[in-house]
Amino acid sequence: MSAEQAPKQGDYIPRDRAWQPDALTPLYKTSVKRSPQAALLSFPTTLSEETSPVFGHTLLGDLDNDLIHNFATAGESAIGPRIIVHGRVMDENGRGVPSALIEAWQANAGGRYRHKKESYLAALDPNFGGCGRTITGEDGSYEFRTIMPGPYPWPNGMNDWRPAHIHFSLFGHGFAQRLITQMYFQGDPLIPLCPIVGVLKSKEAVDALTAPLDMNRTVPMDSLAYKFDMVLRGRRQTYFENRKDGM
Amino acid sequence: MTQQLDTFLRESPSQTAGPYVHIGCTPNFAGIDIYGGDLGSAMKTGPVQGTEIKIRGAVFDGMGTPLRDAMIEIWQPDAAGLFPSANETRGTADPNFTGWGRSPGNMDTGEFTFETVKPGAVPFPDGRMQAPHITAWVVARGINIGLHTRIYFDDESEANAADPILTRLEHQNRIPTLLAKKQADGTYRFDIHLQGPNETVFFDI
Repeated sequence: MSAEQAPKQGDYIPRDRAWQPDALTPLYKTSVKRSPQAALLSFPTTLSEETSPVFGHTLLGDLDNDLIHNFATAGESAIGPRIIVHGRVMDENGRGVPSALIEAWQANAGGRYRHKKESYLAALDPNFGGCGRTITGEDGSYEFRTIMPGPYPWPNGMNDWRPAHIHFSLFGHGFAQRLITQMYFQGDPLIPLCPIVGVLKSKEAVDALTAPLDMNRTVPMDSLAYKFDMVLRGRRQTYFENRKDGM
Repeated sequence: MTQQLDTFLRESPSQTAGPYVHIGCTPNFAGIDIYGGDLGSAMKTGPVQGTEIKIRGAVFDGMGTPLRDAMIEIWQPDAAGLFPSANETRGTADPNFTGWGRSPGNMDTGEFTFETVKPGAVPFPDGRMQAPHITAWVVARGINIGLHTRIYFDDESEANAADPILTRLEHQNRIPTLLAKKQADGTYRFDIHLQGPNETVFFDI
């Protein structure tokens, strides 16, 4: 196949709004007054959405992806069950996404966040900040070392609890791929009870955010491991240029 | 049944950024001293080309209350219309301009400020020029999937009148929700309304 006939990178595949959560989800009360009511304006991606900031590996410090140690006093470490969270960032075409910035944040082992506005009575861990970041390798792979976050109660219904979870923020290669999501842990009985999990529209969507225990990646006598792949929007392949106006 | 299409994965479902997005994305703002600073807090890394501008605003819920737990990101080309991106093939952008800004808003008032440059125009896929604009993305507790919008400028009326996207809006009376308004002090004001009579136009892109 000649270079002229090679497929070109087209625009981004439209977001599947039937799969993604709706803006208005009344059982998650805060969404009621924070959800747009007019229809979204749809249009194909342009350069503004097909480009994205560049984050080089030089950005990273040695401990950025190690939440057990990146806020701890030297020689100490965060309290809680030690885990490795690893996986790949891929696009919808199944290709690994290299050089993707992943930012993570989570509660400590007692379910408490390190934040001025957090009022849960569980104790702070002086050696746990609760944030980490990394950049994916050539095949889209990534790894964090952290502690198992605790579940915690939150003001919504009279007695709502968040299952243990880790938040992830992702940059791909186009701003159209920008995504924030949460990872849950296999077997957590709080998953089906949570109104935030409940905004997901299908069992398949919940499964897509639930990480299985991965015994192959555990470190014996050190850490359990969970595998969590994440998928960003992909680009369409096309043999045809966009038509000019009027053609 | 049919043959299977090539491998096609589903995008990971979005979940709310929650009330503590600042811990993950602007930890130093949240009081966690780490990384040597927060990403996206400065868009200019040296002397920049073009007109330097300041954009201020806030995000309001359907009751008119400003959000104090939101995070706003913007992404834009430089003054010449070039993106500081690995995907930019038309030229090389201003090396002292990152194109990307991130603001947690003021902890008490929710007001955000971006110090940036007036973006140059960028073509639409069909070759027509778009009016100068900045892409904006808003996440917060209660927002299940990040909201995309655009910041155009109220002092670009000629370019706005020919913009391929603005002209496509069914309700033309909503265009002002997409315009940063120049203030007497030379700064621009861009408020984002999540719902209500002045609901900002949000995009499915």
